[in-house]
Amino acid sequence: MKKVYINSIASISPQKTFDNTIFLNEIIDYNDTVIFAQDPDYKQYIPPAAARRMAKGIKMGVVASKIAMDEAGIETVDAIITGTGMGCMIDSEKFVSAIIDNSEQYLTPTSFIQSTHNTVAGQIALGMECKAYNFTYVHSAISFESALLDAKMQLENEEAQHILVGGVEELGEHTTKVHRLINHIKPEAVTISEVLDSKTEGAVFSEGTNFFVVSNEKTNSCYAELVAVETFNTLQKEKVSEAIETFLKENNLKAADIDVVVFGNNGDVDFDGFYNQLSEGIFSKTQQVFYKHLVGENNTVSAFGVWLASKILKAQSIPEIVKINNVNSSKIKTVLCYNQYRGQNHSLVLLKK
Amino acid sequence: MSKGVAITGMGIISAIGNNVAENYDALINKKKGITRVDNIETIQREEIMVGEVKFTNDQFIAQLNLPPENNYSRTAMLGVIAAKEAIADAGITDIKKYKTGIVSGTSVGGMDMTEKYYYEYLTDKETQKYIESHHAGDSTQKIAAQLGIEESLVTTISTACSSAANAIMLGARLIKSGKLDRVLVGGADCLSKFTINGFKTLMILSDTYNTPFDENRKGLNLGEAAAFLVLESDAVVKAENKRVLAYVKGYGNANDAFHQTASSDNGDGATLAMEKALKVAGLKPSEIDYINAHGTATGNNDLSEGRAILRIFGEEMPEFSSTKAYTGHTLAAAGAIEAVYSVLALQNNIIFPNLNFKTPMKEFSMIPQTELKKKELNTVLSNSLGFGGNCSAVLFSKEV
Amino acid sequence: MSELKEELKAKIIEQLNLEDIVVADIADDDALFGDGLGLDSIDALELIVMLDKDYGIRLSDPKEGRKIFESVQVMADYIQEHRTK
Repeated sequence: MKKVYINSIASISPQKTFDNTIFLNEIIDYNDTVIFAQDPDYKQYIPPAAARRMAKGIKMGVVASKIAMDEAGIETVDAIITGTGMGCMIDSEKFVSAIIDNSEQYLTPTSFIQSTHNTVAGQIALGMECKAYNFTYVHSAISFESALLDAKMQLENEEAQHILVGGVEELGEHTTKVHRLINHIKPEAVTISEVLDSKTEGAVFSEGTNFFVVSNEKTNSCYAELVAVETFNTLQKEKVSEAIETFLKENNLKAADIDVVVFGNNGDVDFDGFYNQLSEGIFSKTQQVFYKHLVGENNTVSAFGVWLASKILKAQSIPEIVKINNVNSSKIKTVLCYNQYRGQNHSLVLLKK
Repeated sequence: MSKGVAITGMGIISAIGNNVAENYDALINKKKGITRVDNIETIQREEIMVGEVKFTNDQFIAQLNLPPENNYSRTAMLGVIAAKEAIADAGITDIKKYKTGIVSGTSVGGMDMTEKYYYEYLTDKETQKYIESHHAGDSTQKIAAQLGIEESLVTTISTACSSAANAIMLGARLIKSGKLDRVLVGGADCLSKFTINGFKTLMILSDTYNTPFDENRKGLNLGEAAAFLVLESDAVVKAENKRVLAYVKGYGNANDAFHQTASSDNGDGATLAMEKALKVAGLKPSEIDYINAHGTATGNNDLSEGRAILRIFGEEMPEFSSTKAYTGHTLAAAGAIEAVYSVLALQNNIIFPNLNFKTPMKEFSMIPQTELKKKELNTVLSNSLGFGGNCSAVLFSKEV
Repeated sequence: MSELKEELKAKIIEQLNLEDIVVADIADDDALFGDGLGLDSIDALELIVMLDKDYGIRLSDPKEGRKIFESVQVMADYIQEHRTK
């Protein structure tokens, strides 16, 4: 079986992360319950004729994929695999509301076409003229990890050499409104330093995208080796530690071998306990980092966790702003990402230098 | 690592039957399930025909014994019915005995409830339970919960009309790579105003019975359905002395990279997908006994797919037919519906007719199989082609 | 007539989100599809809805649209002749 490497990364998020030469040097503080992506200059990447029908999620995905392809220094890939929990919300909302508001009359096709979940992957393929394998996973908080696992299997078995993998999520106004009603969004605005201790229900909702080129050979731009990916549809709180230890054991590791653990805490008082028990438990002596205070919560934001882990491994440094505790580790070799959303759809991603 | 990917159980609910036996009966008796839409109130009612499952949501709730406070979308209910039949058919009584996962495909997801309560959510607390069932993964999670699949790999694919074919493909990979011992694969999609009106705007809905591969085809009939297949590794089949219905022998996916909705004139994507499937299976085109075509009866699909089939099979064209005239186009579920039909074809050595065909297309001389035909079948190729240029082919066989 | 043509140009730009184009950029005889303005089959469907909504003209076959949408001039002539509102 071939090893799998993350050879390039790209991120568009509520922080200025689209420039790969910097690493969270400058932080944008928010005081809100919903935060939007910092837009790169889309026009620089997408010709106007192509951009005219693209909703934000498509633009973000297309641009991030270009950044990732450029950094990897390749022109095409053997597969394009994306994840999106909610799909293209803006066009879905547009089409549903048009159906209701106009009583099914005078509807136009554009928003319907753009509402399909595989639009982003399809548009990337169209732009790259890439006729290769093209999949889109749509399973809530493990949408991105499903894509990553698919890519990993193909690379290990040498069915493909280079694969573009990414996650993308855009905010839709109505969707945000209704998620407030069921307390999935925080009741009051919080600043990034307050998120973890907010002691309120829900999360700060957000949008963004993260793309990676993963390959079965290392290039100069390589960030990390992708060692293992595992997802669990359910996992009771008391069984998380055991599941992680089993996962590590399958990879010939124990908790103490992990140099940095990347947690998906989002400040939701009902669900952060999943992480806190690990902070105080099997990873109490491990350097812990988190990121959702900077980039919010969405179904594929765990890809930002993988982005962060990749950056840390390559830079061999950890920005202060993401540290939960302070444990000195001279050399960072092994990083584990753990995420779940509302107690379901747990994921583990293991990276090595 | 498992060499073979065995199909050991199937379940289905569609416009032509509520289980595998009813579907088979309708197929061999040429009973199509295309009618006016009854369960959705739409101004398009008189302008379109659909492949609708006639149970109402309340009937499904009763049948599944769901509590009144449940928040199941129709997609989820269809999915659970087909998934339960597949598990029972595979003789699985202890779901936890082997590492078991689910890969499902859907495109509508919980949109049926979202479009019903879109504005009500803002004022009516009763309806808010459905907010969480909107996302595409929800129906898959509910199937997992109903089957008692926990702490496992449960995921959802949405690649428009090829979703379920792609779910079968991922399932086969998961078995081959040893990630899972057993996986339930398939798809579910219900009818919705969203898709009815969406396809209406594309002007590809027929106002009468759809006629795949006919020169005078007027477009597709939308359908709703769910189907699931149980895939198991060689080791499980051996240990449990399992009855094997058929094998997933090959699969391929490619992107047409031509247009957001239309297929390329030459069917590049479909050609590549079929080529890959043959390569994975290690078979030559001449070794394919029957093609269950995507054949949606739109002007564009049938021409593009027909040309792709011609490119691969040329002079050695096996019998082919589209079963969409029976069921309508069931979108994300179509690949699983037609997988079940492909396996039934293999099991019974029978080719299902392409109903409603009268006039050959002027672009080529391909004529689908229009009568039920007995033939010794060892391999069946099933195509699923979708929006976003997504093209898939899955190859089923009697032997490993 | 020229008023209708100007109106159509503005509507095409707005409806099809042609960000970098203004009314003056479209000549009456410019081809709207292919090498001209570069519109495609999805745009044709959008324009069919516009004909229905704004001028009360219903087309049942998208292929008809291709001829009618050849240029703004052809479109205007067709609308003039067939409009019901």
